[in-house]
Amino acid sequence: MGKTLKSIQDLRDKQIEFYNNFKTKQGSFRVAVGMATCGLSAGSRPVYNAIIDEVSSLGLNNVKIIESGCIGTCSVEPLIEIYDDLGDKVTFIELDEVKAREIVQHYLANGDLESVSKYLYQDGQRKKYYQKQKKIALANGGIIDPENIEEYIALEGYLALGEALTNMTRQEVIDMIKNSGLKGRGGGGFPTGLKWQFAYDSPGDEKYIVCNADEGDPGAFMDRSILEGDPHVVLEAMAIAGYAIGAQKGFIYIRAEYPLAVSRLKRSINKAKELNLLGDNILGTSFNFDIELRLGSGAFVCGEETALMNSIEGNRGIPKPRPPYPAAKGLWGKPTNINNVETFANIPVIIRKGAQWFKEIGTKNSPGTKVFALGGNINNTGLVEIPIGTTVREVIFEIGGGIPDGKKFKAVQTGGPSGGCITTENLDTPIDYDTLIELGSMMGSGGMIVIDETACMVDIARFFLDFTVDESCGKCTPCRDGTKRMLEILERITEGKATMADLDKLQRLGNSIKKGSLCGLGQTAPNPVLSTLRYFHDEYVAHIEDKECPAGVCSALTKYFITDKCIGCTRCVKVCPTNAISGKVKEMHYIDQEKCIKCGACKETCPVDAIIIK
Amino acid sequence: MDLSENILTTEKLTKLSEVIDNYRDEKGALMPVLQQTQDIFGYIPKEAVDYISKELNISLAKIYGVITFYSQFKLEPTGKYLISVCLGTACYVRGAGSIIKEIEKQLKINLNETTNDHKFTLIDTRCLGACGLAPIMTINEDVYGKVKLDDINNILSKY
Repeated sequence: MGKTLKSIQDLRDKQIEFYNNFKTKQGSFRVAVGMATCGLSAGSRPVYNAIIDEVSSLGLNNVKIIESGCIGTCSVEPLIEIYDDLGDKVTFIELDEVKAREIVQHYLANGDLESVSKYLYQDGQRKKYYQKQKKIALANGGIIDPENIEEYIALEGYLALGEALTNMTRQEVIDMIKNSGLKGRGGGGFPTGLKWQFAYDSPGDEKYIVCNADEGDPGAFMDRSILEGDPHVVLEAMAIAGYAIGAQKGFIYIRAEYPLAVSRLKRSINKAKELNLLGDNILGTSFNFDIELRLGSGAFVCGEETALMNSIEGNRGIPKPRPPYPAAKGLWGKPTNINNVETFANIPVIIRKGAQWFKEIGTKNSPGTKVFALGGNINNTGLVEIPIGTTVREVIFEIGGGIPDGKKFKAVQTGGPSGGCITTENLDTPIDYDTLIELGSMMGSGGMIVIDETACMVDIARFFLDFTVDESCGKCTPCRDGTKRMLEILERITEGKATMADLDKLQRLGNSIKKGSLCGLGQTAPNPVLSTLRYFHDEYVAHIEDKECPAGVCSALTKYFITDKCIGCTRCVKVCPTNAISGKVKEMHYIDQEKCIKCGACKETCPVDAIIIK
Repeated sequence: MDLSENILTTEKLTKLSEVIDNYRDEKGALMPVLQQTQDIFGYIPKEAVDYISKELNISLAKIYGVITFYSQFKLEPTGKYLISVCLGTACYVRGAGSIIKEIEKQLKINLNETTNDHKFTLIDTRCLGACGLAPIMTINEDVYGKVKLDDINNILSKY
């Protein structure tokens, strides 16, 4: 390539050239293998290698094979998508090397789809998964080769930056983002355009753009997927933001747990510099913008913007009081604009298609889409992008395909350690920033963990609190000590040692921690407890008064029973370390609850699954 | 494992001084320098901290403050293979807790401990973001998804 782009006209010419390369030629195929972290761990590398090997040994020269990012349907990985010259695509799922070779032999070599149709993602299934989705932030994910800047440009990448630099004033860019109604997708929901305006209005020659890619909520992987599948969209958006507020330098603060995203970003930054899309005099204008990566080192609190800036400056990642807000005094005391990855991913397309186009998607108050990471006890785990205002029921039961193994839905947890639960009676709530807060949960960054009837809600609350106790930075006493006390109470409850007065204490402590903490971590840490107390009060009471865990999860409260399935084989008697089991050969056995230590050895040994936990 | 292999050899020291030179004039250099120090040595040896302190003119107190704040910085060497079991929500709901117990049982160590032969260290980790394949664990660079209790013996025996 080598040639740098000296004007927007250069870029437009290149876009046409690259698009012609990108388009599948007549009689050819384009094979995209999903190779984000999730695809790779499901085994997409051997599938990719098998396809290359088979294509070359058959001497096919009409096949282009690319490594694409996340296609979104994690539950059926490894998968490939094959585009023909009409632009139509077929998706093959749950592949291995053998199946992949068959697909090459039949479909790619002979155009025979019939013989390999058994590996196809069936239309009905696919339709259900995609019908209610709308891809904006994830538009390129799974389609382009994320390591190839030409493919990003082919699909109009960097044209928004060119347009902004050449034909729009700074204020016009900000106005367009304001008019679009885009809100922060990291969970806060603050209007993005307004944030840019504040940073623009702050006096100073030295300003910074920061991309918050410290996606720490357990169960959330939207940002990872965007960075792995479409890294240039974030770089382009950061440059646009830099132009808008008057910054020449950007930082991406990314978790070290995402090595693939880090390496793709590094390469993408270099590629963009080679083409003069980052660096000095971008596209022949007087605008300079450079981006640097900074890695986290495992501190959840660094997702909070003031803590994040402390960490970039090389300090302990401890939050600072606001105001002053980063827009006035941010990195090294200079005006700084911080947005999350998903927020940035919306920017270029808004510039290209206009604020009005964006406003027609989603709700009046919150235009656009939100990406959710659907996980837990659900059939179609994966990434979904839905217009804001879609109901929880549609996401879980239509897109997500419901709960596996015929189990019953109990709750869905959103907002991670800062959020709460949504239960059956609220399934028809449209998903929006305000509606979720009313339910005692929150939009959060987009984790959506589905919980079935086998989970104990007290245990789930304990899990999240254990997380925040570990991650509290220690600056504010209510958060540092209060969460610890709450955790102790929860542990007492799960061990059957609590009293009803403890529930009031939990509530009181929770409210004080929310009021007495400086940053988002402390202010939201009690939410999982308060939310489960609100919706699953019965379960707490059962643990305390009846000394019973209704879901059979809390081991101190569970009991092992032998049912009448027992065939009297005596195997359990032999493995029981405390001689708690008695019974005659070929007759039903009994467990002495006084002696039982709940080690589970009997249950593991039983050949007929006669032992149950209650 | 021979611990002496981790102490400042000339080769590793040269690497460290190259890293420091790269960042010498940069603002906020400490974090990337510490991260790359850990990449070189596998942990952050005391000798390296002294060296960084002198070269970057940052007090020892501040450096140790930063190291101990972030959970990924290690002041002690870990085993040859680092087993990280993801304890994100999706993995937890799908039984990551019992995966940890099973590994503890098989390796006869507790969480955050290293086996006597310095072969394995077992830790839990924050969400790895591959929730579709929960429960998930990694051993150094290798990722294992949808792990079942019965798989663990096989997985460990590969190392």
